[in-house]
Amino acid sequence: MSSPEFSNPIVRWIEYRLPVFSMLHHEMHEYPTPRNLNYMWNFGSLAGFMLVVMIVSGIVLSMNYTAHVDYAFASVERIMRDVDYGWLVRYIHMNGASFFFIVVYIHIFRGLYYGSYKAPRELLWILGVVILLLMMATAFMGYVLPWGQMSFWGATVITNLFSAIPLIGENIVTWLWGGFTVDNPTLNRFFSLHFLLPFVIAGVVILHIAALHQHGSNNPLGIDIKNKGDTLPFHPYYTVKDLFGVGLLLTIFMAVVSYAPNYMGHPDNYVEANPLVTPAHIVPEWYFLPFYAILRAVPDKLGGVIAMFAAIAVLFVLPWLDRSPIRSAKFRPVYFVLFWVLLADCILLGFCGANPAEGIWVVLSRIGTVYYFAHFIILLPLLSLYERPIDLPLSISNPSPSGSNA
Amino acid sequence: MEGRPMNLKSISSSLFAGIILLACSGTFSTIAVAAGAQKESACTPRELPAIPERKWSFQGIFGHYDHDSALRGFEVYKGVCASCHSLNLFAFRNLAALGATEEEIKGVAQEFEVPAAPNDDGEIVARKALPSDHFPKPYPNLKAAAAANGGAIPPDLSLIVKARADLEAHVPKILGGYMTPPAGCDIPEGRYYNAYFPGYQISMAPPLLADAVTYNDGTPATVEQMTVDINNFLAFVAEPKLEERKQTGLKVLIFLIILTVLLYLAKREVWRKVH
Amino acid sequence: MSEPVHADGHHDADSGMDEGRRDFLFMATGAMAAVGTAAAVWPFLSNLRPAADTLALASTEVNVASVGEGQSITVVWRGKPTFIRHRTSKEITEAQSVNLGDLPDPQADSERVKAGDAKWLVIVGVCTHLGCIPLGQKTGDAKGDYDGWFCPCHGSHYDTSGRIRKGPAPANLAVPPYEFVSENIIKIG
Repeated sequence: MSSPEFSNPIVRWIEYRLPVFSMLHHEMHEYPTPRNLNYMWNFGSLAGFMLVVMIVSGIVLSMNYTAHVDYAFASVERIMRDVDYGWLVRYIHMNGASFFFIVVYIHIFRGLYYGSYKAPRELLWILGVVILLLMMATAFMGYVLPWGQMSFWGATVITNLFSAIPLIGENIVTWLWGGFTVDNPTLNRFFSLHFLLPFVIAGVVILHIAALHQHGSNNPLGIDIKNKGDTLPFHPYYTVKDLFGVGLLLTIFMAVVSYAPNYMGHPDNYVEANPLVTPAHIVPEWYFLPFYAILRAVPDKLGGVIAMFAAIAVLFVLPWLDRSPIRSAKFRPVYFVLFWVLLADCILLGFCGANPAEGIWVVLSRIGTVYYFAHFIILLPLLSLYERPIDLPLSISNPSPSGSNA
Repeated sequence: MEGRPMNLKSISSSLFAGIILLACSGTFSTIAVAAGAQKESACTPRELPAIPERKWSFQGIFGHYDHDSALRGFEVYKGVCASCHSLNLFAFRNLAALGATEEEIKGVAQEFEVPAAPNDDGEIVARKALPSDHFPKPYPNLKAAAAANGGAIPPDLSLIVKARADLEAHVPKILGGYMTPPAGCDIPEGRYYNAYFPGYQISMAPPLLADAVTYNDGTPATVEQMTVDINNFLAFVAEPKLEERKQTGLKVLIFLIILTVLLYLAKREVWRKVH
Repeated sequence: MSEPVHADGHHDADSGMDEGRRDFLFMATGAMAAVGTAAAVWPFLSNLRPAADTLALASTEVNVASVGEGQSITVVWRGKPTFIRHRTSKEITEAQSVNLGDLPDPQADSERVKAGDAKWLVIVGVCTHLGCIPLGQKTGDAKGDYDGWFCPCHGSHYDTSGRIRKGPAPANLAVPPYEFVSENIIKIG
């Protein structure tokens, strides 16, 4: 691709020293994007948008937040009451976290469905799982900051998990806490790390996008780009489509922020943390519930911790568990079914995590957990060997006569 | 080839996905919260006292506070609740949002005393409260609060309407939940049976008796009236920016809907040749 | 060719949009997006303004009944030390009889006090040079060469009206807005 000639002398001066303009030109006008991307491909840009929203609102909140156990709760309430538009920024940040996870989970399931994790995009996928992990750490620490009852007790329960590690577990927990329980040192370091990690996420996002641009986006048919006719320039086609996606997301997001800002939260977090009173039911935020269910499904403490981390670890190695050369579930009739069962399983695990670990929920969590691992470790490798795919279409711009559609 | 029906299908499938997740998240949280339900015991009420289904002015898209009722509720708080329950997050100047004038607020504040900064001898004396002060605490610390109330600490009421699972239904249920205990249920001295309180035993005696306060505006202070008024006041204290939030929200949403429609039309226009 | 026109004026896509409509659509969308972005940025900027609790402390009321002639008190107003001095007639005469041409920052004493109430001087006790608190409030403090206040940091001398006379400070000690809301109560700010 020839680099464009710029007429503006200032632009040329900068370009010679740091070729940002030709980079932008390439990414917007020359970078080949498959022409058949559907709306499931909007969620990556939506995730990037939510990251920006969270960073901006977070920085503004941190101007008024005090990370000390005696002042944290009151400082958040001061933001809600006395700071100009503080209530708006706080609710944006609080609900933004949930929306960030909604968008990212859909983005991940899109990847699962269309085989976006397969060669040559394995590293792209792995970087994505790294981003997910960082998001989970950031969200966990962020939830502690308002220092409500759920903040404190959620932090206590989850940090206590590390004591399950044999030999050094107790020491690790004391080291994590900076003391003998979750207290001021813990809150302070969580604030510091919560401020830091989003910028680490931003860095990994840049790597994620760089990896994407190496081989370009996957597409609903899961077949490679064969020629220019299969592609469209990113600008204006996908810029305008992404903008529309942002508009839709913002509409739903602001509706929730304006009319149901506490719907996804827990009332107990409006009670200031009390180390001497445990709430009746300690629950994490909804986006952690499936993992919480897996944690509690295993009767052994260390086993539960291992299972919970394994649930993410299994995602790292997915490209090597599922070796089917066919990417898209459109052409993999058995995988198609398994995908929806997996999704249902994850939702089931979410319900299990929300309920106390009693009665039928214990049984269901165990079934759900076993199935989750079975899907990745047993079923997918088997499918790689035995599944018979539907015939792939000839090319993106010339799909097979059977009328393949997104 | 993607035709227009395909666009709708994939927009709607992603919308569907998003809404499913949103619904799940809310449902999970609601379940988690509701999972605090109580177990059967000798004290489980045979029949729950009827609490009228009330519609509150602050609910819904056009929610707003009933200012008059909330101001009356403040009188109920001052006269009945303030002797035991603190209202730490509430400052006298907050009454301005309910329509009180600067003079009225000054007058109300001066009825109360707050600890002043140490004087030149290092003593902390009391001074009259200013509008900028927060509502004074009934007890100097939590231990004093517990000691004065048979070991139970009366919770701060600033956020009570948001801090309980039944939200704005909570306070009316507690206030209306007192009844004679079922046979076989023994209530210790100093406690009272309340059908809606977790554990059914509450340390607070029924606080509202008819005419417990005399309203400035002459409204008869029936128990029902006071219940409604105190709830309106406490809802306001818990979420003073509710009116602003909903009004701004409406304008923002109208703007965003129009903008999103325009963006969709622009998208379709750009993609016309491809389709 | 039939062009079904919708209520808001846009045409059905099948018939295609002509150049004018297309451009208008893109312009309208762009303009709305720009306005929306600006409107969205506003609350975040507004967030940095002094909050309601800070503004509530924007004025302070002080009871000066116990401040006798020749005495000064220091109160805090908007976080700054503020000097309230009940001046003696000697100090008032000194302040009023200065030749304005001698002053680095010319200002008549009458402009710095309330008419008819020259005995009360209310000034912000922050040196206009680099912000130290001048001495002179307590008996025994250095008052400088002009019998008012003296800033120990870099040697600025202020007179009995709080005006700069000698030293690096460029301006007189600031007089905040204030008024007597009753015989003994001054409301500052």
